[in-house]
Amino acid sequence: MSAAAHRDGPPAVWAHAWRSGAPLLVAVGVGLLMHFAVQPAVGAFKARVLVDIGINVILAVSLTLVNGFTGQFSIGHAGFMALGGYAAGALSYYGSYQLFGAAAFNGGVLSWTASQGPFHGPWVGGGDLLFVAACLVGGLVAAGAGYLVGLPSLRLRGDYLAIVTLGFGEIVRVVLQSTQTQLSQAAEVAATPWPLLTLKLGGALGFIGLPFYTTLFWVYLAVALTLTVAIRLKRSSYGRAFLAIREDEVAAEALGVHTTRYKVRAFVLAAFLAGVAGALYAHLVGSINAGELGFQKSFEVVIMVVLGGMGSVSGSTLAAIVLTLLPELLRTVTGSVNTYLPPAYELPDLRMIIYSLALILMMILRPQGFFGLREIWDWRVRRRPRPA
Amino acid sequence: MALLEIRDLHVHYGAVHALQGISLEVAAGQIVTLIGANGAGKSTTLRAISGLVRPTRGTLVFDGRPLAGCPPHEIVRRGVAHAPEGRGIFANFTVAENLEIGAFARADRVGAARDRERALELFPRLRERLRQNAGTLSGGEQQMLAIARALVARPRLLLLDEPSLGLAPQVVQTIFGIIRDINAAGTTILLVEQNAHLALQTASYAYVLEVGRPALHGPAAELAASPQVRQAYLGLA
Repeated sequence: MSAAAHRDGPPAVWAHAWRSGAPLLVAVGVGLLMHFAVQPAVGAFKARVLVDIGINVILAVSLTLVNGFTGQFSIGHAGFMALGGYAAGALSYYGSYQLFGAAAFNGGVLSWTASQGPFHGPWVGGGDLLFVAACLVGGLVAAGAGYLVGLPSLRLRGDYLAIVTLGFGEIVRVVLQSTQTQLSQAAEVAATPWPLLTLKLGGALGFIGLPFYTTLFWVYLAVALTLTVAIRLKRSSYGRAFLAIREDEVAAEALGVHTTRYKVRAFVLAAFLAGVAGALYAHLVGSINAGELGFQKSFEVVIMVVLGGMGSVSGSTLAAIVLTLLPELLRTVTGSVNTYLPPAYELPDLRMIIYSLALILMMILRPQGFFGLREIWDWRVRRRPRPA
Repeated sequence: MALLEIRDLHVHYGAVHALQGISLEVAAGQIVTLIGANGAGKSTTLRAISGLVRPTRGTLVFDGRPLAGCPPHEIVRRGVAHAPEGRGIFANFTVAENLEIGAFARADRVGAARDRERALELFPRLRERLRQNAGTLSGGEQQMLAIARALVARPRLLLLDEPSLGLAPQVVQTIFGIIRDINAAGTTILLVEQNAHLALQTASYAYVLEVGRPALHGPAAELAASPQVRQAYLGLA
């Protein structure tokens, strides 16, 4: 008996370690593949679209945890993205001054975008570590904000939560836009203590001059980890509690699910991931402006979740991909149509019109979204004839 | 001492005084029923016991310890399971997933698996449909699932709210037979039921509620024989 237990011991530990470690290895593998194989193959423009897709996938899947899994309706997701972006930017920008003397790129080959030219440097640089720390801090700041907002407001239901999150997004925007002018002299930065630096985030002009670190590698590393977390969560009993809240909150409560606590947890996790997405975005563009991360950005993410299926990880991933590609395709289409039209009759940017139409049609024809609660791979299983 | 003792329980929904001083006792091992017309406060009483509504006054004592101020998820852990009115099953979950949520409050996986087996023995229909979405079950099967799901929490007190609601008479007979079996296996049951006739046949003790107030109580057989109850609730002259 004890011998058997002893024999079973080590493999169980290994299996556990593998289960925890494998996603990380796979995620790194996916990132490397995107960085070293896909990027050179598709060229700079398509690589950039792939990065945008990746960031939107993280945003959509994270919002699915709240709007899809627990059935709450949050429409302030861009607020968390902005918080994460600013917090990460503050760390990488002022941190670079303090560590390297200037807010310049100090990373390795994984953080180098090929379109910037040939890279001569180490595999991993000190700037990479600063960047990863910045992404995590961005996530944590957003998660902290998620906790503070979620704790009181997730006792509310439906519409009220939507209003609170809408207000939250606006407050974040206004607060970030009224921060002080950012410092851009090494001597000034060195003379200013950290607590004061966190107030100097560029105000209404946006926080600019951030070092560029975001590449396909980092984005798809984060995408792979986000998808793993979301899919495993959905299959776990922990995630089942989220879904139970969405299905019938009172019944979930009666069965012993502490509904407020679980809603807050979903909200905090989603905020963390949105914060990471914001951090990636800030270091992709090299700047972040809260004015661009207002209600319209939140709404875009909501549309991805609603179209993809409320509660479907693969569905919202697919919707994020399609809705990121759509403006690019439309740009080409409207561009080529407009060349034949006199300037007064040129087509405007059709994106928001098509989004709104798609949303209206979806609510009429398939209110649960394309996939509903299901995943793409569920169809195969459910169609198998049942034994009588 | 009784497993559950309620003294002078008051519940308000906003300005509505839904329960106006309910007192009742449920002795361990019994089936006790609460009967009364619509709006009498039967469901509210169950919701107050499982913590889903907060009483404005009164005491609830379960197994010698007060339940007041205890949140619902703690009450489940202390041994009270509630199969709510309208069943409250998770329609997009499979039957197996519903049962899994029933064991959510439990830490012992082995015990939970055993109780799941036991629940499936009581309701063999559910075993045939384990992988089916609960929303595709018939009304009777959904009610069976609601009861089975509550049983997986291994309650000492099972609260059943209208298990006969909207079901064909034959299905109702089956379910009430199983309710008696559950009780015979040692689970105490507090049963809320519109069908007073059936409730009085099943329970050993009964309370009659009238618009938030206790009207009558006594052994079920006595109440079934009392002219007052026969006229008002059983529709017999």
